[in-house]
Amino acid sequence: MFLLHQDCWNWGRARPLIFGVLPPGLAYHALYAIGCAVVMALLVRFAWPRELELPGDDSRGEGGRGRGPDETGGRGETENRTG
Amino acid sequence: MISAAIVFAYLAVVLYLGVFAFRKGRASGEDYFLASRSLASVIFLLALFGTNMTAFSILGASGLAYHRGIGVFGLMASASAFVIPLTFFFVGTRLWAFGKRFGHMTQVQFLRDRLECGHIGTVVFGLTAAMLVPYIVIGVMGGGHTLEAISGGAVPYWAGGGLVALVVMSYVFFGGMRGTAWVNTFQTVLFLCFGTAALVWIGRGVGGFEAVMERLASQPATAALLTRERISMAEFFSYMFIPLSSVMFPHVAIMCLTARRAEAFKLTVVCYPICILLLWLPSVFLGVVAADQFPGLRAGESDDVILRLLREHTGPVLAGVLGAAIMACVMAADSQILALGTMFTQDVFAYYGGRERFGERAQVWTGRAFVVGIALLAYLAALRLQDKEGIFELAVRFAFTGYAALAPVMVAAIYWRRATKWGALAATLWVAVAMAGLWWLHEWSAPLAPRPGQPPVPIFPALGGLFLRTPGGVTMFGFLPVMFLCAGSALLMWGVSLLTRPPSRQTVEKYFPNRAGTA
Repeated sequence: MFLLHQDCWNWGRARPLIFGVLPPGLAYHALYAIGCAVVMALLVRFAWPRELELPGDDSRGEGGRGRGPDETGGRGETENRTG
Repeated sequence: MISAAIVFAYLAVVLYLGVFAFRKGRASGEDYFLASRSLASVIFLLALFGTNMTAFSILGASGLAYHRGIGVFGLMASASAFVIPLTFFFVGTRLWAFGKRFGHMTQVQFLRDRLECGHIGTVVFGLTAAMLVPYIVIGVMGGGHTLEAISGGAVPYWAGGGLVALVVMSYVFFGGMRGTAWVNTFQTVLFLCFGTAALVWIGRGVGGFEAVMERLASQPATAALLTRERISMAEFFSYMFIPLSSVMFPHVAIMCLTARRAEAFKLTVVCYPICILLLWLPSVFLGVVAADQFPGLRAGESDDVILRLLREHTGPVLAGVLGAAIMACVMAADSQILALGTMFTQDVFAYYGGRERFGERAQVWTGRAFVVGIALLAYLAALRLQDKEGIFELAVRFAFTGYAALAPVMVAAIYWRRATKWGALAATLWVAVAMAGLWWLHEWSAPLAPRPGQPPVPIFPALGGLFLRTPGGVTMFGFLPVMFLCAGSALLMWGVSLLTRPPSRQTVEKYFPNRAGTA
């Protein structure tokens, strides 16, 4: 995807105007953005980090209170002030 | 005045949403600062997108496209369409998970806990907070200018800026993150829907875009706007590093912590590129169209080309509705003000004992007082420095570089168990010093700056092409400095971490429970 973003072949092209209005460089990158959405969909479908959802997370819902800052003081457990 | 009245009505709706959210909210700190980590997929996507899109996205992009052509879309939008969802996927989801598990409300809380540091976290807080302030001032200035332009001068700059600051302050004060998320959702829907409407109506007004593009393509002076000839390949390449900044923006990182479940990120990761396309394509396209309609504008004058197109080619009612959509973008200062308030109360007030001494209720009220103070200061700065807007715009551009260069610190803290606080300190100081140096070099080389279209000028001829001055700023061998800052930051994080004592086993096991025994 990174290499496809560097479309040097469109650098100096003003024509043909796609649909009569879009220069080729702009049409290409509009299509590229759609391609990004497709790649992200594949990433989410096949490489989603399922371990992030802990058992019992569903029960929390709106306003739920898991182990929040009230319990850790927002500082975590290993904090020291030597840094 | 009809247009201005419609914008006032929009501001009233926004205010109502904030107060409505206040009624639904609770008095706890987690509810005020993070909406109780309760945002579901659709609201999370729209709020996060609204948070990340600012006046720069709609006004700045069109102004830049007016001068540099359609390449601005590839430079900023499609690069973001690829990089930003990846940062949400790889960084945002992990930040959310750690935040939920261990109770973090800010990036600094995560870094303090993960890297076992205290005052180093305060250094990170100082740098990230300082880079956020210009955004807030720019937001208030943008509000003042937009209301003045929409009302045809009937609402002066000082009144428009004051009104915007007051409205934003009010709904952030009452609604906190819940109010801000609802307002951002409403704003995102508004500017995505009416941005498309603006394109259609302006297209009719200019006599069809086909004719405009044919005119631009047929004239040698404007044909380059339909190509990328006004952007160098090195700049185009190195701009891919800029969107790394997104997840280091405090307001975006804090918004990542508000998701109800990790699943909420899925819709955002997939749909974010489409949202970018829907917002930026009309902005860049209309910027190029404006070059045909209003030729000869200078750099500072071209930022309001969309407003000019609206005034010229639509009626007062539609101009008002579309002006409200633009105000939605301009008013992104809300989440930034809230982020600053959250950071101050969590990273400074609570960390240095304020909550233990005065309680959680006092912490929420400290956050609210901070919101009022920041909004007031931003308004005063916007009034005092009305004619020096360029300074803040420059600072915002520098901030993108700074936040992007801090990304390796966050990535290392999440994925590399050997990352240490000293590595983070070295990288943060490197970013701060390099940014100060770049700012100085930018100002010092200003007299050397070539005109648009002319080749870059070596700033120190003895150093060859190391530092080149372009019309827009300083480059290194033709590449944007962000590339070198990111590389330096990553190298320092890696090298200094290896040279210093690793975090305790307890912390490593806490953050890497499945890999604690491996190298």
